[in-house]
This record gives sequence, C-alpha cells and structure tokens, in this order.
Amino acid sequence: MIVKGRGIAKGSASGKMLVSDAPLSFLSGVDPESGVIIEKGHPLEGRSIAGTVFAFPYGKGSTVGSYVMYALSRNEKAPAAIINIEAEPIIATGAIISGIPMVDHLEVGLSDLPEGAEVTVDGDEGTVAWEA
Amino acid sequence: MQLEPEDEQILNGEYGETRQKMMELLVGLGKVFGADELIPITSAQVSGASYKTIGKWGLEWLRKMDAKVVVPTVLNPIGMDRLRWKEMEIPEDFAAKQKEVVEAYEHLGIELECTCTPYYLSITQFGEHLAWAESSAVCYANSVIGARTNREGGPAALAAGIIGKTPFYGLHIFKNRQPDVGVVIDDPSDLKDAADFGALGYVAGKSIGNRIPFFTGIRPNRDQLKAMGAAMAASGAVALFHVDTITPETRFPAFKKDVPDTIEVSMAEVREVFSAMDVDAVAVGCPHLSPEELETLSSMLIGKTVTKPFFVFAARGVIADHPQAVSAIERSGAKVYADTCVVVSPALDRYDRIMVNSGKALAYVPTMCGAVARIGTLEECVTVATS
Repeated sequence: MIVKGRGIAKGSASGKMLVSDAPLSFLSGVDPESGVIIEKGHPLEGRSIAGTVFAFPYGKGSTVGSYVMYALSRNEKAPAAIINIEAEPIIATGAIISGIPMVDHLEVGLSDLPEGAEVTVDGDEGTVAWEA
Repeated sequence: MQLEPEDEQILNGEYGETRQKMMELLVGLGKVFGADELIPITSAQVSGASYKTIGKWGLEWLRKMDAKVVVPTVLNPIGMDRLRWKEMEIPEDFAAKQKEVVEAYEHLGIELECTCTPYYLSITQFGEHLAWAESSAVCYANSVIGARTNREGGPAALAAGIIGKTPFYGLHIFKNRQPDVGVVIDDPSDLKDAADFGALGYVAGKSIGNRIPFFTGIRPNRDQLKAMGAAMAASGAVALFHVDTITPETRFPAFKKDVPDTIEVSMAEVREVFSAMDVDAVAVGCPHLSPEELETLSSMLIGKTVTKPFFVFAARGVIADHPQAVSAIERSGAKVYADTCVVVSPALDRYDRIMVNSGKALAYVPTMCGAVARIGTLEECVTVATS
C-alpha cells in the first residue's frame, strides 16, 4: 500500500507506526534524553516516540521545539520519520535541521494509517508505504 | 517551488552540506507557507541568540554549520552586554555559554551586533525584502520603513542570511499588506510621549491580535511609531501596521483605506495602564534607544544623580557613535548597556518592581523577569530614578 502526500523534509526511513490525534509541543512535551512524551494529559503520555514513524496532526507551542527535535536526533531518540496532517514551521524546521524525513497532506486521514505496522516514509517522493 | 539553477545546485549539495541544509529549510518552509519562489533579501536578523533560548543543543547545531552569510546579518539581543557582563552581575557559567553561542554565530560571518533595532545601523529602505526575526524590528521595518519581512524563526532567518534569499509569501507580497481593521482613538490629543504611544499599542494590540491595523487621527513620530509597534507586536501579534498619511504605504493610490472592521480605543483605558507604584529599578531602551532618544536622555540627566539602578539599553553601534551622550548618562550613575535588554537579560531578575517607558516591556516584564512593571514617560523615568 502506498499513499501519496507532500514531502517536507528529505530522506527515507522506516519504523513502527505510532499515531496520535493530538497536536504536540516538543518543547516541554517530549524528553530530549529519552524520547518519551511527557506532556501532561497527552494521549501518548509516557510512550516513547524514538525510532517510530510518528504521525500527529501538527506542532504547537514554542519555536524552541525545533531544537528539541535536533536534540532527540543527536541522542538517537528521534522518530525515524514524521507524518503531519498540516506541516507548520516548528516541526518542519526541526525535521529538516535534524534530518528526519517528513511528509504532510496525505490523501488518507491519520486514522487510516496502520498503527503498529512497519511503515516507510519517503520525504523526497512524499509517500508513505506499508505491506497491506 | 520554482528554483533558479544555482539554487538547485545548492539543494543538490554542490555547495556543501550546510548550504544544502539551509536551502532545504527555505524550500521546506516555502512549501509550508505556499511560496512559489525564493526572493533575494538585503539583510537578515537572527533570533535564538540567547543561550537561555537555544540551549546546548541549539549551540551544538550552530557549531556544526560551516558556511558564511552572504548578506549583512545581525543577531537578536542576548542575555548580557558582551563586554560589561561582569558589571551586570551575570553568572560566570551563563556568560561562558553565551560567549560560545556568539562565537558560533561569528564563525558564520554574522556581525556581532545583538539588537532589536538593526535599522539604526545600516540603512534599510522602502521596498527592500528582509528576513528579520525580532518582533518589534519586524514591525518597524514593515510599517515605518515600508520594507518587507515576515516574522522569521531563528533557523529560517539564519538560512536566509546564508542563502541570501527567503520564500516569497506573506508580507513580502503587496496584496497581503493591506489593512484589515481600523483603529480610532477617542481623544488622541492626549498622546504626547513615546510611552503614551507604547501604552496605546499595549491596549490596542490585545484586540487587534494578528491583524493589520490602520490607525487614523494620530500623528506619531518615528520613535513613537517604534514604541507603538513594539507594544502591539508584544500584546498582540502585529507584524505590520499603518497610520494614515504617516506610514509610507498609506500614501499609495493602491492602499485600501476602507477596512471591514473598526476598533475604538478609549484614552481612559490607555491612561489606566499608567500607575504611581514605587519601583526598585528603572529600565529604558525597549526597543533599543534611537540616537535621538539617547541624546534626549543625556540632556535630561545632566547634573543629576540616580538613586535607583537605572538601566539604559541601545545597539552597540548607536552607543559607539554617541560617546558624549553615553558618558553624560553614565556620569549620573545610570548604565548604558549594549547587546541585551530588560526583557532578555537575567540581570533584571533580582528586582520585584521595574519602571519602564515601553509598552512592550510592560507586556513582557511580568513573565520574563517575574517582576511587576510600571510604565511612565522618559521624563517620569528620570524623575523616579533620580529622586
């Protein structure tokens, strides 16, 4: 199964699909040392996003969040790839400076993505692929 | 996005990894904002200059970069005066980290000017495209000068400085610069000092939000426009405002004066912002003082001695060009610091009640310094500091 979208940050990577329907602030929302979501009340609070293909609607909060994404990648705790409904500058900047492939504007909704399955994101082509 | 052949080569890595990454960032953000092309800029101003904001990972990211900016690029204010930080009682460890950040930017060819008023240092002209990051500088450049810039994030402004271009969207496009809300003031004759206009901006910005306001019935000068815009950028998210017959774009035949919505601001509300509270310290220069403001302050302080800590902030270049005014101010016991300001410096954290002459500082001092703020005119600030 291949779904099309728009490439925001280049590169290709695979990981286990993790889907959240809540927006996320990386600053004070994700622990840069462990990759665990620490935002109080976030649906994925306590879960790690390290190595996952992490899908969420869009980023929120401080622009310093971009540097937190860079910190995650230096600590090898960043998501393998990111999928957003609508890219905004904080996540786009963080993904690009950290070399995390990222796509948005998928032709399917986030709930149509296969939670837990092995998924490949291609940021150059703007596609998401998995074995259906 | 449509790219020039050379930009394609940069994107393909032919001009090194740093430029490739920076081009990738401009193209990526261009997609986010729906830009079709990149346009050349004449200068950049980079935020994320304080170690407090970018932290160790931001510093490490900067250190890995290897390219030089191709247009004049300056920094946002940092947490201390680069030379007089000891006098400001900045902790050694903070100063050391701050120096490392500044050095990393210097390595990229950035001028060591850390200011929210880059327009006093190099001439910025009507119609020029810029990539500036600090909210009051963006507001002044767009509104008072008629240059064109979006409010950039730190990495995006740095990328624009290194590539010399920025994505063409938002306030770079003339049709996006038309006003969408009118602002009228019931008793504008009461607006006299820059602090009055700062207080007006502080009040009006809350209802304006991120819209583009069109003011009628007021005639602020440049320093007053600066104070008003800075306050609206802080209490709202104003990046461009127009004042009828005063700011340059309102004189264009294509300028649309018929706005869909109008806000009324009462001077009673503006006056309420002023108080007579006792304070522990006084700070002026938010945004950094203009040469005229520096001269005015020095003449007000002649023969006087401060009895409370009095902080004065201005761009290093402006300070260097006005040595007599600066020494006159410092003879009173006031301190004139460069590179930093009341909002970003930890030096002000030790005071509980701070008097300012700025609507922007009034908006930020409570959260950034954890202090109560009182606004007054420049003259009132001098009176309070010397009585």
